[in-house]
Amino acid sequence: MNDTEIRTIFLEEIGNIAPESDSRKLDPAADLREALDLDSMDFLNLMTAIHRRVGVNIPELDYPELFTLDGAIRYLANQLK
Amino acid sequence: MSADVVDFRMPSLGADMEAGTLVEWLVKPADKVKRGDIVAVVETQKGAIEVEVFEAGEVAEILVEPGARVPVGTPLARIRTSTMAEAAGERPRASPEIVAAPPGALSRPQSLSAAPAGVPRREGGRVLASPAARELARSVGVDLAAVVGSGPDGAIVREDVLRSRATSEVKKPLGLDLGVMREAIAAAMARSKREIPHYYLQHQFDVTAIETWLARTNGDRPPAERLLFAALAIKAVALAVKRFPQFNGFWREGRFEPSAAIHVGTAIAIRGGGLAAPALHDVDRLSLDELMARLRDLVQRMRAGRIRSSEIAYATITVSSLGERGVEALFGIIYPPQVALVGFGTILRRPWLVGEDVQARSVLTVTLAADHRVSDGHAGALFLAEIGKLLQEPESL
Amino acid sequence: MNLAPDALKAPAGGGGLIETTYREAVREAIREAMLRDERVFMMGEDVGRYGGCYAVSKGLLAEFGPDRIRDTPLSESGFTGAGIGAAMAGLRPIVELMTVNFSLLALDQILNTAATIRHMSGNQFGVPLVIRMATGAGRQLAAQHSHSLEGWYAHIPGIKVLAPATLEDARGMLWTALLDPDPVLIFENVMLYNMTGQLSAAAGAVDIDKAAVRRAGEDITLITYGGSLWKTLAAATALESENIRAEVIDLRSLRPLDDDTILRSVRKTRRALIVDEGWRSGSLAAEICARIVEGAFFELDAPVRRVCSEEVPIPYARHLEEAAIPQTSKIVAAVKTVFGRS
Repeated sequence: MNDTEIRTIFLEEIGNIAPESDSRKLDPAADLREALDLDSMDFLNLMTAIHRRVGVNIPELDYPELFTLDGAIRYLANQLK
Repeated sequence: MSADVVDFRMPSLGADMEAGTLVEWLVKPADKVKRGDIVAVVETQKGAIEVEVFEAGEVAEILVEPGARVPVGTPLARIRTSTMAEAAGERPRASPEIVAAPPGALSRPQSLSAAPAGVPRREGGRVLASPAARELARSVGVDLAAVVGSGPDGAIVREDVLRSRATSEVKKPLGLDLGVMREAIAAAMARSKREIPHYYLQHQFDVTAIETWLARTNGDRPPAERLLFAALAIKAVALAVKRFPQFNGFWREGRFEPSAAIHVGTAIAIRGGGLAAPALHDVDRLSLDELMARLRDLVQRMRAGRIRSSEIAYATITVSSLGERGVEALFGIIYPPQVALVGFGTILRRPWLVGEDVQARSVLTVTLAADHRVSDGHAGALFLAEIGKLLQEPESL
Repeated sequence: MNLAPDALKAPAGGGGLIETTYREAVREAIREAMLRDERVFMMGEDVGRYGGCYAVSKGLLAEFGPDRIRDTPLSESGFTGAGIGAAMAGLRPIVELMTVNFSLLALDQILNTAATIRHMSGNQFGVPLVIRMATGAGRQLAAQHSHSLEGWYAHIPGIKVLAPATLEDARGMLWTALLDPDPVLIFENVMLYNMTGQLSAAAGAVDIDKAAVRRAGEDITLITYGGSLWKTLAAATALESENIRAEVIDLRSLRPLDDDTILRSVRKTRRALIVDEGWRSGSLAAEICARIVEGAFFELDAPVRRVCSEEVPIPYARHLEEAAIPQTSKIVAAVKTVFGRS
């Protein structure tokens, strides 16, 4: 799975949680929680969805690495290698 | 339909009333009564007060003779009701609103018109409803306390009853009307601030232990099975309220009706604006995992605007958290006719004294907004302390 | 005007429609009565040579002569008393009082004599008298000529009180009133005299004891009479844009009140608003409100509201006069409050 595929899946799942968000306008370095008004329940649901979609079980300790779009893609790419 | 015999009890006609003297009976055995009928006169420190009955049926037996002084809650008479069987039972005061029924099992229709559904319109402790609305509600069995009014001065009019009834009969998921929701929030909150004498308490607790416990617990679990602190907080409130029932129930018709069931309203922000506080039912009887699953499902559907009418059932107390917004403390406005709201701030790392040493600890600010007509600050402080104690012993949850 | 299809329909019979005014309709009613019954005569201040202060009786002196169209001195009590005597003695007088304000000078005759003789005489005498008078504001005639006191008269047992608001009623109520064995007072709103419209050439007597539904609606009953009818109908039309379908009742008779028509409508719409140019306190509107609450309380879906005149002597200045009395905009605003809208 390449970065583009990861990015597409990640943005799809964000879209399920924050349907009104516009992924094209998302700053890849911005904190998603701030940019998209995600709370801990939203974030947990995002992690659950990613686990289901790509099989990566992200421990809570690693959550901070996925707070940005760039960070999330990087993290998932590493895990999927 | 079936007949049941329920007790008509000495009501609490004020937060400070312990006992009252029965002055006069206005009914006798075999008399028919309906909800709202004045059946007796009771003497209190505040003077003679006419007491209404909340059941429809027939007076089966008079238990207390005029002149007797009895404690609040003492059965005064027995009423053979003709209401739904589930409306009778072990509840302390036989009022159909506080039936502890699971979602979907309620035969009583509920309003879906907006978030704080079940907001009663009251002036001087009475539901403000037109005569025609009352007549219709009686004939079709709609509880006016569950109807949001749209008439003059916010009064419930006929159409509101019809809408409430129609809504309750709709089983398919419905979208939410954020405009209507805003209006309902405005009405409920304005009414709350107008009518409920709030008092506010705040306490800070060291929750490092429960954070550690939570991290350890979640460490072994895939995301789908992880717990959030919110679930622990809701559970702690539900368990604490068992010991402090004066924070669980409703202020209605000028008095407090405690609820045996513990349904925790959970304030959930709606994307696009708005707020709803659907109830998680019987929280005290749920395991943490069950509670978390329910909460997760509820939040997801609520956020997406898919809500079931059964979820707008009565909460008996509300929990609110703005933790993710980074505020240290929030002071809530009580959802009428509830009598308390517990607020959780965000957990912050703070210098904290452990013994004589200053340490970095996780500190949580918990607040209580409570109705002074029902409880006092002392009880509130003990209630908050109980929540804090439970939060420091995760195994107890 | 948007009227209920049947409400103002011309009575059956040929003759087609004629263009006329309320004033001419009243005059035609007087003429017809004079022609049909030689016991009928009319008297009042300036009704003869001057043709009536609102020109209602213009031309009648020439047609019927001074015995039947009689100018009187400025003495309301005197000539009203004379009319009572004539009626008791077998004639059928029409007494014209210039305005309801001046009728107070004849109040003793109306209340203590006309309304009570049948009772006081043990039914030996009746007073088949008709008194017509102008009422209402809007012509900048100031506080001594502009009041609406018909509600006071509607308080009095022993008389009937009518308020024709349409051409048909202006044309048709007089004859029926003259047939009545007891005194009948007819109040003509000054703003209606110039109203033009189509009237059947065959128009004639109408009943004088039933209210009329002038516009059918489902959501609220607007109850009014006289000059306020047209403002109320205009309000009902304006309320369509608010999606409020108003029913409009023209009381026609202020005493007796047609409770059946009022209550039937209110039981249907469950809301009521009364428009009355009288002052609010102790008004006819208050009486109607009380009857609705007595008779339809459990059907009501909103408090009964009223649009009445401000409690001031009617001002002279036009803008103040307009502000003092019910207007279409006030009615629309009041109706919206009944629906909890601002």
